[in-house]
Amino acid sequence: MSIYFRINKRTSSSWLLSIFLPFISVLLALIGGSIFLSFLKVSPVQAYRGMFQTAFGDWYGISETIVKAIPLILSGIAVTLAFKATVWNIGAAGQIFLGALATTAAVRYFYVDNRGIMLVIMFLFAGIAGGGWAAIAGYLKARWNVNETITTLMLNYIAIHLADYFIYGPWKDPDSLGFPMTAPFPEAARLPQFAGTRIHYGLFIAIIFAILFWFIFRYTRWGYEIRVIGENPKAAQYAGIYYLRYIVLIMFISGAIAGIAGMGEVSGLQGRLQHGFTAEFGFTAIIVAWLARLNPISVMLVSFLIGALQVGGESLQIVMRLPIASTLVLQGLILFFVLGGEFFRNYRIRFIRGDER
Amino acid sequence: MNGVEMKGITKTFGSVIANQKINFDLKYGEIHALLGENGAGKSTLMNILYGLYHPDSGNIYINGQKCDFRSPFDAIRAGIGMVHQHFMLIPEQTVWENMILGLNNIPQVLPKSEIKRQILELSGKYCLQIDPMSFVWQLSIGEQQRVAILQMLYRKAKLLILDEPTAVLTPQESQNLFKMLTYMASEGYGIIFISHKLDEVMSLSHRVTILRKGEKVGSVLTGETSKEKLAEMMMGQKFVFSIQKQPKSAGPLVFDVENLRVRGDRGFHVIQDLSLQIHQGEVLGLAGVAGNGQQELCEALSGLRRIESGKIKINQQELTNRPPRHFIKKGLRYIPADRRGVGLIPNMMVDENAILKKYWKNPIAKRSLINWREVARYAHHLIRKYYIAVPHVRYPVKNLSGGNLQKLMLGRELSDSPQVIIAMHPTWGLDVAATKFVREQILKERDRGASVLLISEDIEELIALSDRLAVICKGEIMGVIDKPQEVTPEVLGLMMAGTPLKNIQKVSA
Repeated sequence: MSIYFRINKRTSSSWLLSIFLPFISVLLALIGGSIFLSFLKVSPVQAYRGMFQTAFGDWYGISETIVKAIPLILSGIAVTLAFKATVWNIGAAGQIFLGALATTAAVRYFYVDNRGIMLVIMFLFAGIAGGGWAAIAGYLKARWNVNETITTLMLNYIAIHLADYFIYGPWKDPDSLGFPMTAPFPEAARLPQFAGTRIHYGLFIAIIFAILFWFIFRYTRWGYEIRVIGENPKAAQYAGIYYLRYIVLIMFISGAIAGIAGMGEVSGLQGRLQHGFTAEFGFTAIIVAWLARLNPISVMLVSFLIGALQVGGESLQIVMRLPIASTLVLQGLILFFVLGGEFFRNYRIRFIRGDER
Repeated sequence: MNGVEMKGITKTFGSVIANQKINFDLKYGEIHALLGENGAGKSTLMNILYGLYHPDSGNIYINGQKCDFRSPFDAIRAGIGMVHQHFMLIPEQTVWENMILGLNNIPQVLPKSEIKRQILELSGKYCLQIDPMSFVWQLSIGEQQRVAILQMLYRKAKLLILDEPTAVLTPQESQNLFKMLTYMASEGYGIIFISHKLDEVMSLSHRVTILRKGEKVGSVLTGETSKEKLAEMMMGQKFVFSIQKQPKSAGPLVFDVENLRVRGDRGFHVIQDLSLQIHQGEVLGLAGVAGNGQQELCEALSGLRRIESGKIKINQQELTNRPPRHFIKKGLRYIPADRRGVGLIPNMMVDENAILKKYWKNPIAKRSLINWREVARYAHHLIRKYYIAVPHVRYPVKNLSGGNLQKLMLGRELSDSPQVIIAMHPTWGLDVAATKFVREQILKERDRGASVLLISEDIEELIALSDRLAVICKGEIMGVIDKPQEVTPEVLGLMMAGTPLKNIQKVSA
């Protein structure tokens, strides 16, 4: 006798399952992680407690979690917008870089010694640069049906190296003792931070965007059109929606939001553009968008949790003296289980005994 | 001993019972027709026999031996072959390459000449002329069907299932197919012939099994029954197709299409120099075998496909190569054949689908904001007016049945008093009641004054509804018949096969 299993699509999703599934996923992830930790001869209980306490234990931990969440929210919304229209923008990282570059360019060449005006200029620069960068892929898709997954991904590498060119070349700070970085931004070009923390005003931009796009998707003609395009492009054309024009526009706005995330990082957090400025959160944003099931309000929540995971992971390095790779493995495991759990929301596995055949 | 014996087959999909305790058998040397309306459960039953579905209960015996098919592979191994309505062939490959598709006991280096020889031998024996070297995409639909049948013979299937094989054929091609099937039966093959066309069943089969709403009504010998009796068993009641069509003299010219030329997806001209005129309060039927440019014509006429040359006018206003939204605003509505793929958005809700053609208009939208309360009211209005069975308006369209899908789309397209209606296969796949409803709605629009272009493969429907009937073949109009009720099937068949009406009239005159 042998046992077979079959995978069936769920005809209806049970609400009980959708509530418990994330918890079960996280629990399994923690169990999987503890196996890994015990290989490293570390007590899993201790490690997890350490992670939790670092991320949530005190005001500093929470503030650091929020700092990590800000760019995730912005780029998560950027990706959500594109994914809603079934446009696979996985180039948020490149668009973030372009936003950061344009912000720096604005500071260098269009500096106004007035914080309000300067921030608006930087905001527009970052948005247009990030949006334009993404619109290249959008145009190629609309005009010649070039796969946007490939083009947005490739544009990432160009953007990263373009940034390095400026950091090592024309924009390098002569006073930086040879370090590849630009001169620090003057005070008027800095997004203000909350006293005593590194949380910058980018948080407001992120929250406003999240609520704005939640509203757009739900209540506006434009949001309706985006959903129609995403669910059935042929029906969109049939309804007279200018599909191709919309692809370019959606890409532009998606890229613009990602670009603004880049502005927040250089202007709010680092105060200059430097080598090692990382836009890895542009990829994490894809996970955020999926876990949030393309809901902008959930994007905020998920970004906060992933931010906490990153802050907590840092504690493993500092307190437990684990190599950085091990914290990345642990983070990966948790995401793996949570995303894997999504499978069971849509499918069920049935076991069949061999003699029942 | 029976070749096939299915006992007590039951299959449910969710809450829908597709097959309920059905018994079915097939002898070698017999053509057994499986008759029933769309949705009666014919295809489900045959997909179970072919291993595509697994029955919830019941057993299948092949040559007296109990079988449990987990996939079509098992069924093929047991000697069963199925020719689907949409052939499972690879268009980019040649006939001989398609022949060995899915076989796993062939050598790594393909014995091409041996395969070709076998194909020619089989095709010679059963009069299935085909060139093994031609590519499948080059073949006509009739020829592709031959390839699909040959494929089964090549696999040494002795029990064949044909799923509505005549749906895509011209009358002449159907006659050839029937000759061939009769010969194959005399050679000892067992053939199951799925159909809902009574004439075909009467002339071809030895035995008929009738299904209705997932249950078996009965099995009868064809020689001991009649068309009327079969129809009665199939419908469950004496069904008289009575649609009262008011005689009406057509009004002024509304929809004017002149010398249209349109290219298909492959870049060839699929519409050549086509002209149509539809007047106010008139239904123009368009008959033709599937794939003769009907789809592309509909797309061109609704603004979805670029026009190379020619003109489209509504009330003297030119619309040529304007965007689709412009066609909608000028009062043209299009009911596409592909309801789930084009006309509706399956993953969205009933109310969201209801506003697809008016979400930009007051009072549904005020400026940029959609008034969802108004949307719900409008959706309720459609549901009541067109008898759409849905639990509530926030119900996903993908869960609706075919009839309700069509009613929703129809209601949406017709509710704004359109000037021009293009309807493609509007009753395709619907049950009797829904079909009647859709036809009545189309005539109601005609009586209101709309100009309707009705594209269908159902000749009865075209004759019943049309004021004039055009026939299309290879993208050209073969002629327009002014009195559809008086046309003979022979004339229609000739036109559908590519003979212009004036040539036919010359011969008969």
